[in-house]
Amino acid sequence: MTDKILTTENVRLYYGKKEALHGINLDYDQYGITALIGPSGSGKSTYLRALNRMHDLNEGVTVNGTFLFKGKDIYSPSTDTVELRKQIGMVFQQPNPFPFSIYDNVAFGLRISGMKDKAQVDEIVETSLKQAAVWDEVKDTLHKSALSLSGGQQQRVSIARALATSPEILLLDEPTSALDPVSAHLVENTLLEIRDKYTLIIVTHSMSQASRISDRTAFFMNGNLVEVNDTKKIFLDPDQKETQDYISGRFG
Amino acid sequence: MRRLFDDELADLDTSFKEMGLLVAERLHEAVQAFLDHDREAAQRIIDDDKAINQREIALEKKTFEMIALYQPVTTDLREIVTILKAVSVLERIGDNARNIALSTIAIKGTKRVPEIEELIGSTGEIVAKMVSEVLTYYVNDDARGSQSMAEIALDVSQRTAKIRDLAVDSMKLDPELVSSSTDYLVIGGYLKRTSDYVTDIAEWIIYKRTGKIVELNPGQSSFI
Repeated sequence: MTDKILTTENVRLYYGKKEALHGINLDYDQYGITALIGPSGSGKSTYLRALNRMHDLNEGVTVNGTFLFKGKDIYSPSTDTVELRKQIGMVFQQPNPFPFSIYDNVAFGLRISGMKDKAQVDEIVETSLKQAAVWDEVKDTLHKSALSLSGGQQQRVSIARALATSPEILLLDEPTSALDPVSAHLVENTLLEIRDKYTLIIVTHSMSQASRISDRTAFFMNGNLVEVNDTKKIFLDPDQKETQDYISGRFG
Repeated sequence: MRRLFDDELADLDTSFKEMGLLVAERLHEAVQAFLDHDREAAQRIIDDDKAINQREIALEKKTFEMIALYQPVTTDLREIVTILKAVSVLERIGDNARNIALSTIAIKGTKRVPEIEELIGSTGEIVAKMVSEVLTYYVNDDARGSQSMAEIALDVSQRTAKIRDLAVDSMKLDPELVSSSTDYLVIGGYLKRTSDYVTDIAEWIIYKRTGKIVELNPGQSSFI
């Protein structure tokens, strides 16, 4: 028995024959924010995408290792990836609204899973937009195109869309690096608001973002997990010299 | 915009004020124990000093964390630096309260000089009040109030000079008063030091408010 919501053990990932992740062991408690940091090419995004099988569509990528989501094997042939991605959602670096209305963006996941009750959809759309802290800004224009929103609003609508399917885990791949500082701040605040209800795993290049918002930080380098610990510990007194050098800006 | 940093800063602020009030209270009690010749109360103050030191360590640790995690700038940075500096000063004021308590226990001479003790009592009250007042200025971000500490510190230094003169006179007058008068000298010194520390905190409040580093001490550097 484990009280971890997600465990990953000895994760090895190959692009063709080249091993890009060299045996990552990392697990996650329910709720809270874990930041994955590390220089470009360290494997943090590659690892993140393996968590909800985003590599499935890339031929030539082989994923080995044990991935357990609430004790169930994520890579089992019987796993329904659509269902899996509802429970382990993903938010990308570039806000990626679909070219239809704000409402339809958020309702998208609900409709493909067959929800027809309009009142129910309405309610979930509203709750999700509220949780993503963008409701007040869009509530009067729900039927306008999501593409008309600012980058920061689009990103928060993307978060709302991911939240609409009631995921337990949300993966975020540099969710603020394409945004201006004010929008980035609003998205950070959104994450802080929802961290008590969801398990958030965020890849970020911003040291200050990791230190500001995360509870736990994992440092990746060259396809290895160098160190993982409470964010306070990592930023005040990391165990490994590489971690220290990276977060104090000596390399990377 | 709401920031996590603001919540943590508010917590830090509260802990700092709590520590300040605790120190002000200890100082007040130490002076009272001395006047009452109450060795038991003095011993309690000595035992409690650890609690003050632990608060200092906890607050320092918290400020380090906040600097590392949030990299504060401008007024945020000044506020954190102010607390980091002021907290060490508070700890030293706490040490002075303990030292006064130690003197209360150590005092050997049974013969006392009521006039000097009265002066020590009233000066001690003023200094303890300075500590709690400077905390109010901290809370209200009051640079002008902080500046007024300089005048009170000057008054305290005149009073401690008077304690010194009276103590020296009494020693000349009666050898049996040498022992107690020496303690009067030492305690006068602690009170003066404490009032200097309060002006140090006042200087940091002005720094927090204005970004300018000022000198408020009246400039008499003698121990007493």
